[in-house]
Amino acid sequence: MELFEYSAYELSKMLQRKKTSSEELVRSYLKRIELINPRVNAYITATPALALDTAQSVDNKRIRGEELHPLAGIPVAVKDNISTAGIKTTCASRILEHYIPPYDATVVKALNRAGMPVLGKTNLDEFAMGSSTENSAFFPTRNPWDLEKVPGGSSGGSAAAVASGMAPLALGSDTGGSIRQPAALCGVTGLRPTYGRVSRYGLVAFASSLDQVGTLALSARDTALLLNLVAGPDPHDSTSLPDRDRDYIDNLTAGVENLRVGVIKQNVADSFDREVTAAVLKAASLLESNGARVEEVSLPMIDYGLSAYYLIAPSEASSNLGRYDGVRYGYFAPGKDISEMFCRTRGEGFGPEVKRRIMIGTYALSAGYYDAYYLQAMKVRTMIRREYEEVFKRYDILIGAASPTPAFKLGEKTSDPLQMYLSDVCNITDSLAGVPSLAIPGGFHSSGLPMGLQLTAAPQSERLLLQVACFFEQHPETKPRRPELDFIESPPEEGGM
Amino acid sequence: MGIDFNREVDRVARLARLSLDPDEKKHMADQLSDILETARRIQELDTSGIEPTSHVINIPVAMREDEVKPSLPLSKVLQNAPRRENDYVKVPRVTPPASNEEGK
Repeated sequence: MELFEYSAYELSKMLQRKKTSSEELVRSYLKRIELINPRVNAYITATPALALDTAQSVDNKRIRGEELHPLAGIPVAVKDNISTAGIKTTCASRILEHYIPPYDATVVKALNRAGMPVLGKTNLDEFAMGSSTENSAFFPTRNPWDLEKVPGGSSGGSAAAVASGMAPLALGSDTGGSIRQPAALCGVTGLRPTYGRVSRYGLVAFASSLDQVGTLALSARDTALLLNLVAGPDPHDSTSLPDRDRDYIDNLTAGVENLRVGVIKQNVADSFDREVTAAVLKAASLLESNGARVEEVSLPMIDYGLSAYYLIAPSEASSNLGRYDGVRYGYFAPGKDISEMFCRTRGEGFGPEVKRRIMIGTYALSAGYYDAYYLQAMKVRTMIRREYEEVFKRYDILIGAASPTPAFKLGEKTSDPLQMYLSDVCNITDSLAGVPSLAIPGGFHSSGLPMGLQLTAAPQSERLLLQVACFFEQHPETKPRRPELDFIESPPEEGGM
Repeated sequence: MGIDFNREVDRVARLARLSLDPDEKKHMADQLSDILETARRIQELDTSGIEPTSHVINIPVAMREDEVKPSLPLSKVLQNAPRRENDYVKVPRVTPPASNEEGK
């Protein structure tokens, strides 16, 4: 078995038993990146020298017998909207193409403190706005299960990197599904934690009341390991939860007996791919036959989630992205006066989807429309939260599809923004409610592509989500699998990275 | 009644400080009309008496002592500025020229 085939947990054990070194590990992943990235395009920036430096420093500490974090020496990939001091952080946008942050995000500080070598920065839809990674200003990422398909988005680079063995772990961000939908399309485990569980300091802001940093990994155990490292309060983020959870690992194997499970009617809809719906129902009956109490539950507010989200998120974005004006950082276009400079800088620096969302948000916040759009959407958000509060009095876990379909073709939805938005229909209301939500492998479609299940629980129930995920991993049909990369033998096409 | 964004696009682009070329405007107006038509579904709901949610967590405002701590050095803060002079960022003139300056 090659090193990249092991889980982060197994690699951690191997490092502790000195069966391998972090340097050997990093070199193995770098080789893998060199081989696969030209076809998959998961990374915008690779940082091999830095990764090797960190690895060697951890190896030396281990030789000296210093106490190390369980993830010390395990490589990791970081989505390119998370600030890394001295390393370009582009948000896959022309406007930040050459931007080098002067400071680290709190989560990146945690990776550095633990001694995790950062392999590079992964591709995304520009400013995390999109569901296919095709909105990257630089190049689309491809799905390692089928290069003609999208990896999902916006954390498509992180999901594709983990799925194809170009990183054992990755950080992503999720505003309205940007971790869970790509995790589903790439067959990996993607966690959006409770809002406030992980610091947002240094995550480039898209919609602040919805943005959350989370993880992409191969298993529940690997997810728990990384979450243990990045979760917790942060004085630099006033919206981070003040308390700390218990360890996310110790209850992983507790099983599902007596759990009250609700199958979300709206997330096994008739309009979804039939095989996806069947996979959810099969997973639910698996829970039932192992002692869980399973019922169908209707959350009618889900039907309004997409509408509310596409007013709230763009409104916040239109305000957050006001900072890109060509003055302090980023792309700059000259103008005869400051107004023309602003307009040209932004008109030339932002891509089409970002402009669309700024326009929607500006409209929804503008005089005469505010009450009917933005204020009404915030009230609907309250109704969504109440519905979740009620449903979690009766159920411990909700289950549904993590995406209505498996991965779709590149280009299939790029000319129809509304169709693209609908790819996140399963994920969006969890975001609006601020609850933790986890996408896990849910078996395979007849096309050979992975399908994703989504598990949702009450705020701060990440431990429960991971426990249920761990249960599914023990079963042959929902066990995580790696894609066979048939394309490795053939020479790469012209172009790309 | 559908929404026709064509009448709004110039006003909104001006508010958002976005220069859009004519093709972009036409294309965007059509797409935004569709998107807003879908977004408008929330208007069917009766929300009277419901408080808006601007943030999902109810934690007290984070307070801390007002201490002086070191911040980033100016050189680092300014390293990404496209145009700078000495320790300043540089921008085109912000205020319009005074009337007695005109025509000189």
